[in-house]
Amino acid sequence: MAVIRDTIPAFELFQPTSLEDALALKRRYGKASWAYAGGLDSLDWFKDRIKRPDAVIDLSGVAELRGIRDVDDGVEIGAMSTLTDVETHAGIQSDFGLLSDAASKVATPQIRNQGTLGGNVSQDTRCSYYRGGWPCYRAGGNICYADTPTSINREHALFEADRCVAVNPSDTAPALIALDAKFVIQGTGGEKVVDAEDYFITPSTDITRMTILEPGDILTSIRIPGTWKGAQFYFEKVRDRQAWDFALVSVSSAMKISGGKIEDIRIVMNAVGPRPLRLHDVERQLKGQSATEDVGAAAGELATLGNRPLQHNAYKIPLMRNLVKRAIRGLEV
Amino acid sequence: MAEKQHLHLHVNGEPVDVVAPIHNTLLEVLRENLRLTGTKHGCELGECGTCTVLVDGEPVLSCLALPIELQDAEILTVEGLTEDGKAHPLQIAFAETGAAQCGYCTPGILMAAKSLLEKNPSPARREIEEALAGNLCRCTGYIQILQAIERAAAGDVGKPISV
Repeated sequence: MAVIRDTIPAFELFQPTSLEDALALKRRYGKASWAYAGGLDSLDWFKDRIKRPDAVIDLSGVAELRGIRDVDDGVEIGAMSTLTDVETHAGIQSDFGLLSDAASKVATPQIRNQGTLGGNVSQDTRCSYYRGGWPCYRAGGNICYADTPTSINREHALFEADRCVAVNPSDTAPALIALDAKFVIQGTGGEKVVDAEDYFITPSTDITRMTILEPGDILTSIRIPGTWKGAQFYFEKVRDRQAWDFALVSVSSAMKISGGKIEDIRIVMNAVGPRPLRLHDVERQLKGQSATEDVGAAAGELATLGNRPLQHNAYKIPLMRNLVKRAIRGLEV
Repeated sequence: MAEKQHLHLHVNGEPVDVVAPIHNTLLEVLRENLRLTGTKHGCELGECGTCTVLVDGEPVLSCLALPIELQDAEILTVEGLTEDGKAHPLQIAFAETGAAQCGYCTPGILMAAKSLLEKNPSPARREIEEALAGNLCRCTGYIQILQAIERAAAGDVGKPISV
């Protein structure tokens, strides 16, 4: 159960040079396969000897997964684009600044140079019990070590927890939901295009996974439509330390103002549940209102309704309330 | 028995051939096969940055990279900072300001700083801090590290230090 943090045990490495070959390998090895993108989280798991796939499929040689292209009124980002590519892309900065902002807040410069957008949205939870190799529900066991009277659970979920109380840690995932992005998946069933919001799942769907990706699937690209181009964006990530750390709570929002009123808005929180939490009720209530301090405060109250804190994470409730308020009225007091 | 692979790498300006198991990290290959032990093992999971090397000029974590993927890239380690046996201005500045205490984080920080100065020859203090966000120093010597990088950027290496 202890973390070994040692040299990596031998694995079989495949380096396909086409998407077709990568998919054939995923099909052949199924659950025993491992899609290797930036490699950061992959090598962590392998060093700990907690995940030991038979076939590691390195996606770095697959040209179809690379590049950022202008498409219609929006942009299509290959899943293997690095977070630095996303953060520094001029078109994304000018039209969809919410995403470049979120990407710039991930971890450290080194990790952004190596980590990919596909990997960032598909990453596994950071629950320290699960990461430590404890045989919890998510790892196929029959207990949640993070939800007992003596658990350390200040980083865990307020919403949508089931038997597992871990949260989704991604910074870019909630930004992409706010931008109404579409995720393109290739797999055994051919090509599937899903709304960003529907890419993420809760433990009630499958307690061992964070996304809808099946063992034979590969996330190939992310398309951002022009819908929210140039809208008013807000991203804020609260964390213990301003480098490296994952979010304790984050907010991503896109807002269109017309005639002094909120014409349309999307607002998504992360690190408060097993998937990014889109605040549908708050969005409905806000339409037609002015983006003021009072409206923001009321939205913050509504956002936190239905929360179920654990022993050590109730601090996330006021944090959430205030982040929603800031997203609406902006940072300036 | 682990499968070994013939790797053609380009390290510190020279082509090198290595035979190593495919699952060895770049850090392991640099240290154990090429005997470039300036780059250090730290946390092994991407938190500390002491294993930082430059790949095509950009800082990456050598403990979380597979060399087989980097055969077309130019890899630069701390050993490659010297030119004609002379220390790099950053190295001299670190020595002059006392920016190294135990020295374990220094190779990684020198590489992150070199990458920054190549792109931004006169960075503001804030920009240096951001560029070093991925490198931990447990002796808490950050002030001298920041001063050393500013000193190297300003071309003040060799001048007297005003305290």
